[in-house]
Amino acid sequence: MKYVLLFCGNDEDAAAFAALSEEELKERYAQVGRWFGENRARIGGSNQLAGPDTATSVRFGASGPPLVTDGPFLEGKEQIGGYAEIDVADLDEALEMAKTWPGRGTVEIRPTAR
Amino acid sequence: MAGAGHGGDPADGAVAAERALAAVFREETARLTAALVRVVGDFAVAEEVVQDALLLAWEHWRADGIPSNPGGWLWTVARRRAVDLARRHARYAAVAADGDDRLALVFTCCHPALSHEAQVALTLRTVCGLSVEHIASAFLVPKTTIVQRLTRARRKIATAGIPFRVPEPERLGERLTAVLAVVYLTFNEGYLASHGEHPQRRDLAEDAEWLATLLAREMPAEPEVLGLLALIRLHRARERARFDAHGRLVLLADQDRSRWDRPAIAAAAELVVRASRMRRPGQYQLQAAIVACHTEAPAPEATDWPQILLLYNALLEHLPTPVVQLHRAVALAHVAGPEAALRELDTVATALQHYHLYHATRAHLLRRLGRTEDALLADRAALERTANPAEQALLEQRLGGDDSGRPQ
Repeated sequence: MKYVLLFCGNDEDAAAFAALSEEELKERYAQVGRWFGENRARIGGSNQLAGPDTATSVRFGASGPPLVTDGPFLEGKEQIGGYAEIDVADLDEALEMAKTWPGRGTVEIRPTAR
Repeated sequence: MAGAGHGGDPADGAVAAERALAAVFREETARLTAALVRVVGDFAVAEEVVQDALLLAWEHWRADGIPSNPGGWLWTVARRRAVDLARRHARYAAVAADGDDRLALVFTCCHPALSHEAQVALTLRTVCGLSVEHIASAFLVPKTTIVQRLTRARRKIATAGIPFRVPEPERLGERLTAVLAVVYLTFNEGYLASHGEHPQRRDLAEDAEWLATLLAREMPAEPEVLGLLALIRLHRARERARFDAHGRLVLLADQDRSRWDRPAIAAAAELVVRASRMRRPGQYQLQAAIVACHTEAPAPEATDWPQILLLYNALLEHLPTPVVQLHRAVALAHVAGPEAALRELDTVATALQHYHLYHATRAHLLRRLGRTEDALLADRAALERTANPAEQALLEQRLGGDDSGRPQ
């Protein structure tokens, strides 16, 4: 089955990340790199997203032209930092992968619609 | 409960027949569903086929009686329907059913990716074969709520790819915790519902015991499974003595111990011992050991409180909750006196502010210290915080001046 792992975080996660020393940050990126390496066979497309302050939203109302606004769709504390498409046997295998994610925060697992 | 034991009522035969049917259904539903999931490879479709077969059986068996091999009867009917479906939908690749798959069914229903409420509803529906009406009435929620819960859970199993299998040994522990929690919750709901007209709903306690028995048969080397089964059986062995003729709750110390099922208690206590030999203690084994200590005493005065206190100390390590601390305080009162117990209670005052047993326990301790006014206030606080009619009656009786009651 195909799923998308959404790597999410809230304000506290962001603050904890910002508080990492240069050494720790390097180590964190190395861990994430190893995780992608170990799971290479199961991962399709993946990417890290630039911060929510760079987001632009196009919102469709009931009628009229779509409204373009500065900022992300998710308001407030939660944000999505990146994603990875994976192809695994079932939810249990996806859960195993998500539990070993070194990037902390929250990993949301969503099956793709066939 | 009142009025039980009539003989010769014409309705009795019909009731007995319905009960026999219900027992067969409970025994066969999960076995059939589990086998069919293997055949059609789809959880929701398997459930639908089973429901069709059960409906057909209900009509036939009520008229002609239960056949000698009800499982075989159901399997023949369900399999025929499943094969029809498999022909129509190529994706239901027919796989041979192998043996008893009910355990895999339990693990699917109790998958951590489902909400606790959904786990319970799905287990009762799919594994125990309870009707939607029965589940709704047991949890005092509208039927539509249960239907929605079940529909949503089934959809998630299918679309999120929740597997149908018993987890690998290295993952079994954490997954088993979820399964046992569902069984324990079901039991508690049946044994002492927190509200409603009938304080005790026997069937859910019976269903929980049936589930625990199934788990113990399939996983005899898991001590916590045995512990939970023993815990349920120890409680149920005292069922007859828990309520008086007016439906009022009778506390442990005041129960007529001659009405306890002694052989059942001995067998359950043996189960606790067998589990403890596996040297992997856990919350259910310890709770069962505590109840065994209580129930093996021939009289309340003969209760081994120091041993119970030791068991609570161990339980706190596995289950460090304010409620366990509250129960430990009761044991402490017997070993070290009411003052020590009150001091212990002070540490959980904030956490248990809204829990009636906290106030009821305080009332009892205060009364033992001669602080009658404070005790009455605490009793009143307890009364305000319980919706259970049996417990309300007990507290009202105590506020009326009879202070023989004792929190268990």
